[in-house]
Amino acid sequence: MHFEARFSAVGGQGIILAGTILADAAHILGMHAAGSPTYTAQVRGGPTKVDVIIDSEMVLYPRTTEIDFFLSLATDSYKRFATDLKPGCVVLVDPNMVEFSKEDEEKYNLYQVPVLDLTQKELGRMVYTSAVSLGTMVALTDIVTEEATKEALKKRAPKGTEMYNLKAFQVGYDYASELLVKKA
Amino acid sequence: MSDANESMRDVKFWPGNVVIAEAAAAAGCDFFAGYPITPSSEIAAHMAAILPKKGGHFIQMEDEIGAMGAVIGASLAGAKALTATSGPGLSLKLENLGFGYMVEAPCVIVNVMRGGPSTGLPTHPAQADVMQARWGTHGDHPTIALVPAFHHEMYTETIRAFNLAEQLRMPVLVLIDEVLGHLSDGMVPPKPGEFEIVNRPMWDGKPEDYQPYFDDKGDVPPFLPYFEGAQWHTTGLNHDETGFPTTNPELVTKQMHRLMRKVTGNRELIDSIDYYEADDAEIGIVSFGSTARAAMVAIKKAREKGIKVGMLRPLTIWPFPNKQVEEFSKKVKALIVPEFNLGQIVYEVERSVHSDMVIKRINKVGGVPINPNEILAGIEEVA
Amino acid sequence: MSFDYLPYMRENHLPHMWCPGCGIGVVVKSVIRSFDELGWEQKDIAFVSGIGCTSRAPGYLNVNTLHTTHGRAISFATGIKMHRPDKHVVVISGDGDATAIGGNHLIHAARRNIDITVIVNNNNIYGMTGGQYSPTTPLGAKAATAPYGNLEPSFDLAKLLIGAGASYVARGHVGNGRQLAKFIKDGFAHNGFSFIEVVSNCHTQFGRRNKMADPMNMVKWISDRATPLKKFDEMSDSEQEKHFPVGVLHKDESRPEYTDTYSNLISSLQDKA
Repeated sequence: MHFEARFSAVGGQGIILAGTILADAAHILGMHAAGSPTYTAQVRGGPTKVDVIIDSEMVLYPRTTEIDFFLSLATDSYKRFATDLKPGCVVLVDPNMVEFSKEDEEKYNLYQVPVLDLTQKELGRMVYTSAVSLGTMVALTDIVTEEATKEALKKRAPKGTEMYNLKAFQVGYDYASELLVKKA
Repeated sequence: MSDANESMRDVKFWPGNVVIAEAAAAAGCDFFAGYPITPSSEIAAHMAAILPKKGGHFIQMEDEIGAMGAVIGASLAGAKALTATSGPGLSLKLENLGFGYMVEAPCVIVNVMRGGPSTGLPTHPAQADVMQARWGTHGDHPTIALVPAFHHEMYTETIRAFNLAEQLRMPVLVLIDEVLGHLSDGMVPPKPGEFEIVNRPMWDGKPEDYQPYFDDKGDVPPFLPYFEGAQWHTTGLNHDETGFPTTNPELVTKQMHRLMRKVTGNRELIDSIDYYEADDAEIGIVSFGSTARAAMVAIKKAREKGIKVGMLRPLTIWPFPNKQVEEFSKKVKALIVPEFNLGQIVYEVERSVHSDMVIKRINKVGGVPINPNEILAGIEEVA
Repeated sequence: MSFDYLPYMRENHLPHMWCPGCGIGVVVKSVIRSFDELGWEQKDIAFVSGIGCTSRAPGYLNVNTLHTTHGRAISFATGIKMHRPDKHVVVISGDGDATAIGGNHLIHAARRNIDITVIVNNNNIYGMTGGQYSPTTPLGAKAATAPYGNLEPSFDLAKLLIGAGASYVARGHVGNGRQLAKFIKDGFAHNGFSFIEVVSNCHTQFGRRNKMADPMNMVKWISDRATPLKKFDEMSDSEQEKHFPVGVLHKDESRPEYTDTYSNLISSLQDKA
C-alpha cells in the first residue's frame, strides 16, 4: 500500500497541521508516514502546501510521484501545486476559492466542498479550516480511519480547542459523506 | 490496533533537523553556537530550546565564522560542541574548521546542503558540498563526514559523529540536505542505553606533566581541558608535542602524518556502508543520502522487470570507501552513480575501479531531487 | 624587592619574538601584575589571541593559552566563557586583528556584555605582515600600503566600544605602565565586557615610515599627546586634535552580564522541571 496526499492553500490557513495530523493517524494505524511542507520566502498569504506519503512499509523516496489525494483552498495554490496527480486522483476544491477547468473535472475524481464557508458558518473561526479539510479527506478516501484521525486531532489540538476541532472534523466528514452518497 | 496504539506513543514525527538536535543532546552535546541560515535553522532553534533545560549553553553568534570559533573554544574548555549550517555558512567556517583539525578539538558540524554556489537555492536541496567537506579548508588535513539517509540514521549517525569526534579528537561533519532536514518522518528514538556514548581519551597523569600532543599511547593524544591545572598552549601554527610552534621539518612532518593517520589508521572504526539488494546484483549503484532513497525505489522497480540491481550506500562518505567500492565493482558489469549535483563522488568511484569499468553518471541540479524513474532509466540503459 | 614576573612566564620559551623597545612588553607586564594583584590563579585563566605580533603574547604566559585564527579570538573566548562562566577569560589583540578582520566579534561581544576583557595593543599598524595601514592608522600617516599617506579616516576605538555597549572602557598608553596596569586590573575585576585600549608603539613598522624609528621618540610622541580625560574635555577643538584622552572613559555596573543572565535562565528552567 502506498498513498500520496497533498494539501494546498495559502499561508496562514493551517494546512501544514492537517498534514501532521494525517501522518499521526497513519502512525496510530501502524503505517509509515512522511511529509514535508514547501517552504517559500513569503510566510503569510503565499501559496503553500504539505505532502504526506503513507506506506505500509518504510517510506523510501521522500517526495511525491503520483498523488492520490489533492486538496486546494485557493486558485494560486491550485495552479501551482496541481502537479503529479494520478489519473482519477481524488481532488477536493473549495468552489468559492478555486477556479478549475472542465478538463480537470473529467481527468480527476473532483469534489467541491465549500470548506471556508462551512468553517465560517459552523465554527465561526477560520483556524478550524484544517480540521474541516481533514474531515472531508477522511470521508472521501479510505486511507485512514475516522477514529484514528480524531485521536490524532485531539492530541495535536491546542488545549481547550479539542471539542471545536472534533466538531470541525465532523462538519467536513458529514458534508463529504453526503457528497459521496449523491455521487453514488 | 491496540499494539499499534501503544507504540504510537513513542513515535515522533520530527523534521530531520529536529532529529539531529535531539540526537546531539542524547550524545551529551552541551554547547551549541550557530548563525541563522536556511535550511538548517531549525537545528539551532531546537538546541536553543533544549540546551538550557539540561544546563548546557546555546549562543547565536554574530556570524558563521564566530560560531565555529565559539564551538572550538567551548570544546577546548571541555564541552561537547555542535554547530549547524548550510553551504554558504560552511564556506565561511572553513578556516576555523582547519584550526579545529590542527589543534585536535573534538566537535561536530552539520551541513544541511542546499543548491549553490553562492546564495544559490536557499530553500531547495542539493548534494553539492561533498567535495567542499573533504577539501574545503586549506592545507592537508584528515576528514570524516557522515551521510545519513533516513530519520533513524540521522539520529544514530549524529551520535556516531560525536563519538568519532571525541574518540579521535577532531571535528566531524554530518552532511544532510534540505530534503532530509525538512522531511518529517515517523521514528521511535532509541532510548539512552540503547546506543554507545564515547568520550575523549583523558589524560590521567599529573596535570603539570601534561603534553597536549604527546602520542606515546597511539595517534590520538589524551586530552585535558583548560582550567585543570595543565596550562597548555593551543595554536593553529604547526606545533610539537608540547603544543608550542615549531618549523622543524621533521617535527612538522611527524605531526602532519599523525593527524592523517587518525583517519587512515582507524578505518574499521570510521567506515560504514549499507548494501541494498547487492548479493546477486549485476548492475551496481553507488549513492548516498536522500538520493540513495530514490535509488532504492528504482532498484525495486528494476527487479520487478527482472533486472538485478543492487546498491552500495556509504554512511561514511569521507574517508571514501575506495576498497569497498572496488570489491563491489568486481561483481557487477556496470556502475551507476546518481548524485544530486553535477558530478562529485563519481570521481572517487572512478578512481576506485579499473579504468575499463562502465560508469554511468546520473546528475541533476535545479532544486528538484533525482526521482526513482530517472534512476530506473539509467539502469535500463546499462542493463 | 622588585616584582617577580617569572612565575607567570614560560621561561623556556624566552626570549620573546618582539623587537627591542616594542610596546607590547609594557602591556604584558601590566597584565601579569593585574593577575597577581587580583589573586587570580593561573589555572583559572584563559588568555586568548588572534594573529599578529600582539597575539603572540599568550605563548609566553603560563596560563591556559589559545592562539587562534586572524580576528577570531573573541569568538573562541566567547565559547570558553559560555562553557565555563566561573573562569577568567582575557583576550589580547592588535588593532588590525581586533578592529578590522575581527571587528564584528568585538562589537557583538561588547553588545552582549559578556564578562571577557579585551586588551587592544593599538600601534596603528599591521606589524607582523610588514607595516600595512590599519583601521587606526592616522589620516596621512605612511604605511607599506599607504606610500602617499593614509587616505582613510581612523576609528576612535574607545568611542566605538562605548557605542557598542561595552560596560567598561579605558584608554592607557605605553608611556605610563603604572596607570595602564590600574586600568587593566579594573577591567579584569569588572563583571561585564571590559575594553582597554593601549596606545602603543611600533617604531619598526610605523615609526620608521613616520620619522620615529627610535622607540623612545615614538613613546615620547605618544606620552606628549596623552591627556587625562578631565583636562582633555576642557581643551579647545584644535587642541583636542593634537591629543587623546586617557582614563576610565566609561563604566556602567548596572548592565547585566551575559553569562549571569544565561545562568539565571538555566536555573529558572530547572526550577520548572
